[in-house]
Amino acid sequence: MNKPRVVITGMGVVAANASGLKDFGEALRETRSGIRFQPKLKELGFACQVGGIPVGIEERKKEYFSSDALLAMNSSMVYAGIAAVDCWRDAGFSYELGTPPANVDWDTGAVIGTGIGGIDTVGEIVIPRVNEGQVRRMGSLTVEQTMASSVSASVGGTLGLGGQVTTNSSACTTGTEAVVSAFNYVREGHAKRMIAGGTEGSSHYIWAGFDAMRVLARGFNDRPEQASRPMSASATGFVPSSGAGVLMVETLDSALRRGAKIYAEILSGALNCGGQRTGGSMTAPNPEGVVRCIRQAIASSGIQPQDIGLINGHLTATMADPLEIHNWVRALECKAENFPLINSTKSLIGHGLGAAGGIELVASVLQLQQGFIHGSVNCEDLHPKLETIAKSVVHATRASDVRILAKASFGFGDVNGCLILKYWQN
Amino acid sequence: MTENEVFTRVVKIITPFAKNTAALGTANVSTRILEDLSVNSARLVDIILAFEDEFNIAIDDDAADRVRTLGDATHMIVSKATH
Repeated sequence: MNKPRVVITGMGVVAANASGLKDFGEALRETRSGIRFQPKLKELGFACQVGGIPVGIEERKKEYFSSDALLAMNSSMVYAGIAAVDCWRDAGFSYELGTPPANVDWDTGAVIGTGIGGIDTVGEIVIPRVNEGQVRRMGSLTVEQTMASSVSASVGGTLGLGGQVTTNSSACTTGTEAVVSAFNYVREGHAKRMIAGGTEGSSHYIWAGFDAMRVLARGFNDRPEQASRPMSASATGFVPSSGAGVLMVETLDSALRRGAKIYAEILSGALNCGGQRTGGSMTAPNPEGVVRCIRQAIASSGIQPQDIGLINGHLTATMADPLEIHNWVRALECKAENFPLINSTKSLIGHGLGAAGGIELVASVLQLQQGFIHGSVNCEDLHPKLETIAKSVVHATRASDVRILAKASFGFGDVNGCLILKYWQN
Repeated sequence: MTENEVFTRVVKIITPFAKNTAALGTANVSTRILEDLSVNSARLVDIILAFEDEFNIAIDDDAADRVRTLGDATHMIVSKATH
């Protein structure tokens, strides 16, 4: 029996450069940067003192959640919650503050991932209280903010979801992995819809370990908007960021039955791991794993590699960028001059870690549906190893008639995820 | 500190935890914290901590377990604050 086709029928996004689909779409077109100098990072002696933190959320969250709910929501939960409510409404369902859905929706689930989780709650409440011998003073609010599944559990409760509600975690592949998992889940007939994506909080406790690894951008603290430089010869590391991006993944049949707006079709998704062999490690990809993942996604999509018009890369602005491009060239088995167009959303918003795949998938779908490709900024000085594909790099926003887009994410643990998306003609 | 003053402060402390905000408007000593104000039962420990901070008292678990209504809370606080 043929498996059902799967489409995207709603989206929600909270990002460093904009929140909400309309503003985020405009921010992409304008190549608006969300990277700012972060005084707290300077105060704490970080080498990288720039980062991406969504703005206006303290006020906005009160429009979405009651004071009671907000008592137990850290930043990763708030971002996921706002994005999920926006996605839910965008998909045609109702949610009003004060009168949330009364009934359980048994046909919808959620897989919303996070890379690090509620470490801000751990750092600010759990560790200080426990070390002071004040366990009792922690109250009831910490477990639901520090359990790994907090970000999906709060969304499930907010919207009354009755399908599987879970959190995945695969480092920087998390958001993409969530959407692939949701795609597989609805294709197997377990639910009509899944709210899927990733979230990551804004916290110096999350970012500190990466700074200590010396993988964050250095030398751009006085030029925040130039700090995130994927594919650039002068890239010095990634810029830490935060936010959430989620998508309503739904069977085509369900979407058509209820007359839902359709953004794009998910043709296929692939996940794998390089096994941390043959050049792969906990922190570096095995090229063979990356190539296999992309090829697997293409093979199960029914398209040919040359059909791909745009790659929204992982492209973080580390030394791995040239290797990623090399792996794409190998996976597509194309000559460099025939390489598809490529851009990096991280050039505008930095690296959202567990949220990256979700936010970048929202960006990908908007570009596909609205017929544009956003400029990938800060790589005028293209890395010399990328000269052969130079004409594929989109520096300035342009109109596009791309019909097939490939989105990939790669993460610590040598894990890979790739989705093939197709333009939907309404 | 009169019982009325304590009652007013108790209601103010519980307000952010109450899902049924309409019931706050007609709150009296018989109002049940969980059932009538729709407070999440897990949050009772946070409310007890807030009472301790607000009134500078210590509330042991047994005393906390006996609090069902706004009146129970008020009486307990007044009795501890005057000892």
